[in-house]
Amino acid sequence: MGNCADVVIIGGGVIGNAAAYYLAKKGCSVIVLEKSDTIGDGGSSRNGGGVRQSGRDKRELPLAMYGVKNLWPMLSEELEMDVEYYQEGNLRLGKTDSHIKILQRLTDKATASGLGVRMIKGLEAREICPYLSDEVIGASWCPTDGHANPLLVTLAYYRKARRLGVRFITGEEVVGIRKIKGKARQVVTHEDIYEGGTVILAAGYDSRRIASTVGIDVPMTQAELEVLVTETQPPMFYQMLGTAEADFYGHQSAHGSFVFGGSSGYEDVNKDNGTPVTASITAPCICRGIMKYFPCLEEAKIVRTWAGWIDVCVDHIPVISQAEEVSGFILACGFSGHGFGISPTVGMLLSQMAVGESTVLDISKFRYDRFKAKI
Amino acid sequence: MSKIKDRLIDMGEFMPMPGDDMVICRCEEVTKGEIRKAVHDGMFTMTEIRRYLRTGMGLCQGQTCGGLVKRIVAGELGISPLELEPAASRAPMRPVEMKVLGNEIKEAQ
Repeated sequence: MGNCADVVIIGGGVIGNAAAYYLAKKGCSVIVLEKSDTIGDGGSSRNGGGVRQSGRDKRELPLAMYGVKNLWPMLSEELEMDVEYYQEGNLRLGKTDSHIKILQRLTDKATASGLGVRMIKGLEAREICPYLSDEVIGASWCPTDGHANPLLVTLAYYRKARRLGVRFITGEEVVGIRKIKGKARQVVTHEDIYEGGTVILAAGYDSRRIASTVGIDVPMTQAELEVLVTETQPPMFYQMLGTAEADFYGHQSAHGSFVFGGSSGYEDVNKDNGTPVTASITAPCICRGIMKYFPCLEEAKIVRTWAGWIDVCVDHIPVISQAEEVSGFILACGFSGHGFGISPTVGMLLSQMAVGESTVLDISKFRYDRFKAKI
Repeated sequence: MSKIKDRLIDMGEFMPMPGDDMVICRCEEVTKGEIRKAVHDGMFTMTEIRRYLRTGMGLCQGQTCGGLVKRIVAGELGISPLELEPAASRAPMRPVEMKVLGNEIKEAQ
């Protein structure tokens, strides 16, 4: 394959790889350009692995529910690789009355959108997960939620797409997109030029810089996400966890380690050194959060911490949209830290958009031109 | 450095070799054959191998097997091990209990 393809995808993260796979399955030729030397080196490898429907914005919920119903259960089989998907439910925990109020509000919203989620008392939460602290007085419970291994999902899409002939180029930073006769056509990198009938931009925060080369702006910023992992523990529980205060989230993975993400409160203003480094105050803060809810984990040893930048859209839902003034240009960015759980759905939708099919779900809420001034 | 950027390079078919059942990463029990196979599955960097197979993700964090894995991956790709970046080392330097790591404020006071 030369430098021309039916579709050129900018960004080899979980969204770009999923789109590449579904496009290749439809018989399209695809080139994926990734800035990093490693596939999936942004938010795709640096998240808690939640496959959640609860706690989502109601505009995003149909994407999550579609994925949980139609794509996640068969994903390992389809990609011929175990992506460690567990559908064991999501507990969002509360310890005070104000926590319960937050959870109740989230639950009411989700129920109104048709999701099966309900409030439970501390006792029932401890029946579901006996390791919880006695201080937990209630939780929201969504039994159809779950988690998967984000590293493996990202690589599984890559592997399968590559087997289907998708050309992945790593270490290839995109400088800009060039229009030919008003249509997005050429993707220019530092060393080369690629051409596609359609160009999909799924480059995380870098999407802002690249989209600006064809005159489009997505109002987003970046935030640092930190994750820590413990040494292998005996199998304990497989629910996805979160808290009303959002002080940590995580789960026990297939090989026994607990993977927890969390924040210190300085995520929006952390210094970008050009490389995703962990802040020394964050991991201890996450540990304190975890021990408040799971005192039994205080002896568990942390073996590794890592950090990465995510793209945060101003209204916290992504842009998944054709750009009207630049035909052949599709944006998929601004996932705001919850793109992983909906990545199979989004990949599938992008493949439908790129070949001109009508999408199976309504994506009008994710338009790139939805941002209006406040007055 | 002549980094391999195009992931569709032809490496020939994967052929089993004697020694493939040798355990290379002892913490996570990953064999030489599994590492070689991973390269054929498209995992070209130390970071990708690590995420795909869990080499160097166990207690020693790759301090024992890092060099060996690198040599096997480079051999499979037909490049020098010097051309492969090592996987990033991560804090903490040694495994630390949650109650100790979470106690840094008290320590400082």
